[in-house]
Amino acid sequence: MSKFAKKKKGMPAISTASLPDIVFMLLFFFMVTTVMRETDPLIDVRVPTATEVQKLERKNLVSYIYVGKPKMKYRAKYGNTDKIQLNDKFADVSDIKSFILAERASKREEEIPYMTTSIKADEEANMGIISDIKIELRDINALKINYATHKGTDPRKELNN
Amino acid sequence: MARRDTPEINAGSMADIAFLLLIFFLVTTTMDVTTGISRKLPEKPPKDAPPPPKIKERNIFEVTINRNNMLFVEGSIMNVKDLRDAAKKFIDNGGGTITDGTEKNDCSYCEGDKDPNSSDNPSKAIISLQNDRGTSYKTYIAVQNELVAAYSEIRDRFSLKKYGRHFEELNADQQKVVKDAYPQIISEAEPNKS
Repeated sequence: MSKFAKKKKGMPAISTASLPDIVFMLLFFFMVTTVMRETDPLIDVRVPTATEVQKLERKNLVSYIYVGKPKMKYRAKYGNTDKIQLNDKFADVSDIKSFILAERASKREEEIPYMTTSIKADEEANMGIISDIKIELRDINALKINYATHKGTDPRKELNN
Repeated sequence: MARRDTPEINAGSMADIAFLLLIFFLVTTTMDVTTGISRKLPEKPPKDAPPPPKIKERNIFEVTINRNNMLFVEGSIMNVKDLRDAAKKFIDNGGGTITDGTEKNDCSYCEGDKDPNSSDNPSKAIISLQNDRGTSYKTYIAVQNELVAAYSEIRDRFSLKKYGRHFEELNADQQKVVKDAYPQIISEAEPNKS
């Protein structure tokens, strides 16, 4: 009897039985909100800021075209000029058509009119390459485009200061 | 009685498994929201398309950006920060008169100067944006942003006057009315070769 009594005097262990529940709750939250990173950026992109930005809805219907200078570690191989990245590799302007067609083929037919092409271009990029992309997109009738920008302060205020 | 003998499964490692999965999803998650300026490209004209109708000079607001990122509006140099007000003035001019031709040409809701040398009404006012291949993307986006801002400020003002609410708070039908009153017409020419 005395033995039992002694044991009870010690600090009771904190029950960790509900720990899995808490962790599972977090897990489900992240599972639901997660969007898998599909591409590895090969290009340094600092998108410009603008005030009139809109959120892109329906992310699964957005195809991304990255434009900018290759990251440092790729510069030796791919040079220092503006490049286009589609999916996981560097591409040429002429590859855009097949890229968009492949994107279209992977979507359901009724979703195709809602497909958007988001151009994520570095602010240092030249308009020449962007115009080439736009002409390609127009040729293939992918007319909804979006220039990726951060929501920023009014550029006029920055200029005034 | 036999049921009592069933050994309990040790759930102690459940937390570890869940943690493992949790960390995986934490790492792969991207929380960034993609935002940007949405535009619609013009459709490719068919080969046998008739030549576009002549547009009166006064209905075109010409914006040109050269390769040194300088901005020319209607032939004269302008600072980017003045572009929004100039564009608003042009869109909202409403210089047309009812007697001008057969179609409805005046603008009863415009608040502009009614300058006969500027746009007739908002649905005829065309902003033509031309850039050079050497123009930087940053400048281009800044100009696009100003033009879109000009339209949204005018639309907002119109919807406040007509419905007493901001443009974003209107329902779809009301938004359409506002958009019809001030349609966004930004035409982009192919860039200069240089």
